[in-house]
Amino acid sequence: MLKPDTEEALADAIQSAQSPLRVLGGGTCGALSDGEGLDVSALSGISLYEPGALTLVAKAGTPVSEISAALAAEGQRLAFEPPDFRTLLNTSGAPTIGGVFATNASGPRRIQGGAARDFALGVRFVDGAGNIIKNGGRVMKNVTGYDLVKLMCGAYGTLGVMTEVSLKVLPSPETSGTLLVRGLSEEAGVRAMSKALGSPFEVSGAAHCAKILDDRPITALRVEGFEKSVAYRMERLKDLLTPFGAEMEIAPKEMSDWLWEGVRDAGKFSDMEGDVWRVSCKPSDAPRLAELASGIACFLDWGGGLIWILTTPGVDLRQRLGQFGGHAMLVRASRDTRRALGTFQPEAPGVARLTEGLRQRFDPRGMLNAGLMGPALVREET
Amino acid sequence: MEMPTPDAAILARKSRVVERLQAVLPADAVIHDDRETRAYECDALTAYKCPPMAAVLPASTQEVSDVLRICHEEGVPVVPRGSGTSLAGGALPTADSIILGVARMNDVLETNYDDRFIRVQTGRTNLSVTGAVEENGFFYAPDPSSQLACAIAGNIAMNSGGAHCLKYGVTTNNLMGVKMVMMDGEVVDIGGAHMDAGGLDLLGLICGSEGQLAVVTEATLRILPKPEGARPVLMGFDDNEVAGACVSDIIKAGVLPVAIEFMDRPCIEATEAFAKAGYPMCEALLIVEVEGSEDEINHQLSLIMEIARRHNPVELRESTSAEESAAIWLGRKSAFGAMGQINDYMCLDGTIPVSSLPFVLRRIGEMSEQFGLKVGNVFHAGDGNMHPLILFDANKPGDLELCEEFGAEILKLCVEAGGCLTGEHGVGVEKRDLMEYQYAPADLEAQMAVKDVFDPNWLLNPAKVFPLSVSENRRALPVAAE
Repeated sequence: MLKPDTEEALADAIQSAQSPLRVLGGGTCGALSDGEGLDVSALSGISLYEPGALTLVAKAGTPVSEISAALAAEGQRLAFEPPDFRTLLNTSGAPTIGGVFATNASGPRRIQGGAARDFALGVRFVDGAGNIIKNGGRVMKNVTGYDLVKLMCGAYGTLGVMTEVSLKVLPSPETSGTLLVRGLSEEAGVRAMSKALGSPFEVSGAAHCAKILDDRPITALRVEGFEKSVAYRMERLKDLLTPFGAEMEIAPKEMSDWLWEGVRDAGKFSDMEGDVWRVSCKPSDAPRLAELASGIACFLDWGGGLIWILTTPGVDLRQRLGQFGGHAMLVRASRDTRRALGTFQPEAPGVARLTEGLRQRFDPRGMLNAGLMGPALVREET
Repeated sequence: MEMPTPDAAILARKSRVVERLQAVLPADAVIHDDRETRAYECDALTAYKCPPMAAVLPASTQEVSDVLRICHEEGVPVVPRGSGTSLAGGALPTADSIILGVARMNDVLETNYDDRFIRVQTGRTNLSVTGAVEENGFFYAPDPSSQLACAIAGNIAMNSGGAHCLKYGVTTNNLMGVKMVMMDGEVVDIGGAHMDAGGLDLLGLICGSEGQLAVVTEATLRILPKPEGARPVLMGFDDNEVAGACVSDIIKAGVLPVAIEFMDRPCIEATEAFAKAGYPMCEALLIVEVEGSEDEINHQLSLIMEIARRHNPVELRESTSAEESAAIWLGRKSAFGAMGQINDYMCLDGTIPVSSLPFVLRRIGEMSEQFGLKVGNVFHAGDGNMHPLILFDANKPGDLELCEEFGAEILKLCVEAGGCLTGEHGVGVEKRDLMEYQYAPADLEAQMAVKDVFDPNWLLNPAKVFPLSVSENRRALPVAAE
């Protein structure tokens, strides 16, 4: 295991590597590729935090918990609600901010505030040839040159290893509230969520789950803000959803917190056997796709735009779903299944060609998380 | 401003290239007469002009593909153009280039309120996207000042922002998918009505790539429900620094206004003379707007005004009606026109950390004296996106050059303060030669490597974004002295 403690040492390690490296921050996503470990967690620490400018700069290996604590002290937070998959994936370690951005990890609030990538302002990274590169900055608006910040977000360390990130943070709301709608079918649940998300009441979480509190499905809608405003918007949402004819109630605070944490971390699946998939789709397609999946269990986040599906180990969910607008990602599976199916949805030829071109330029020797994303797997399958 | 020397071999092939283009496009979609091509000689950065070899106005993705395939085969550079409102010269042609205008592609292809997106052809103007959905209570959030005229194509190319991006983000945060045509004519789809990429975030890369990677012909855009209401408050201060501190305190207090606009004294004076909005004469003026239900607005505004009072404002004016709101916004919205009334101006858009605001404004004031050119500052204060307007006289020999030099110094100052050269207008030709000031060679090399992948022959808008000396080896064309 390589564990450089400076950016230069990291660049040296990559430059002198003779065989592929497995990049990890806190290691909480589990082993997604083979090769010698390259642990970034020693590059740690918050280097700048300006609450009045809503910006923070930290080394990539900084634990998310450290950043959250610093933000909480100023009444601010990471608005995209990064998930913590330790329980789901049975891993240990501390999630790092670099890992969060490398995997573009976003929770329920993605539907309102945006994904991790929408809050990334700047990066420093080392590419597969050992070059140290910076892009973006620490200001909220920046169109100076190409946006490699976005390219690095969600690239799972395959184009470069991040050493520092700057990000936008937001004020924490005074309070939050959750409206529970009981007994709606999946199809009606999605319609209710669309209705709520299409209203001006600023819903910051919209999830639908069968059998979580009792035998009836639950559709949950969250609003956040100033106390009076939250109470007002909950009432207005109730009015709006009255035509669905379902029983509605406002969840007590503890239940609300527990529920959204569960949605965020896919807690429902943590003690259930099987492969875990995340399917990103058009919300109105969700009921049909969930049926096609015929998994062991599933639940919807992002108003239906994200389906979490639990399947029997080894099942090729993508084959079951067929062609649809979106993609399915394998989050939890055995090493063999991961190798056979690939973590990521194979891309259309035009896109795959661009992806491969970028990989050849940024990691010409195939050193970084080789085979995790893109062409190697596509070739294997075709 | 240095541009590559036109390639004589390409110019010699003009008639053949035009003929080939005419074979795939209707006659009125190929403009090649020297008098008519002048209409495309510049964009909103009018200081630089050069008519293209020809301009084409395709009406479909297929036609765009045909045009690009022909230009690719002929080795002709292509400069994509939305509505030509770029303030950075993003659509400035070279004499040997073809302007590819998307203005005829302005249809709405699909609206879906349940899934909250709209799919449009990219020649559609920004404001008319909102126009297509507002009856149903929705809007498209990015709102650049030129929104009446600017096209979605240009918004994507420059990753345009606007006054309300503090809350709603810029184009890249509201773009879900594109259909784009590669330089060789291949059509590629990225993203769609779902959220987030399944592989690399190519969509994030395309957005803000200044028309250098592909020509985007269709876009899937996120639409949002309109807020119940919005209301501004106006505050005046005797000191820039105090106004800056007030902005910071508002943000720290947990209120997230949709817009915080800042104007300095020269700008207030010009605006008052022009629009008579009734602004107080002071050093710094803030317009802070919040959204929500009536109760929410009242609550937020009372918090904001309480913070403002702690900073001893010389004026504090809360809007109580639509008329008063309009009056508060009137001056801000006429600021550019007001400055233009006084003289020609160059508008910059460097961005700085909000904490550096007083320092940067002070330095700009000093430099203004030094260069002998007046500057007014309008400013998206919540996100540090400055808009210094430098006044100059285009008819006075040497004034433009002096203004350019002054502008460059301001942008360097923004970078030194921890910011960047451009927050929302793009690099284009205007800031191209300053890129080395913000980025090291390895940083630029990484960006150019991306262009190598998308456009290996560097035919798409090649003379933009990267300093000519830096991109020289990649561009087929030789570089001239001027």
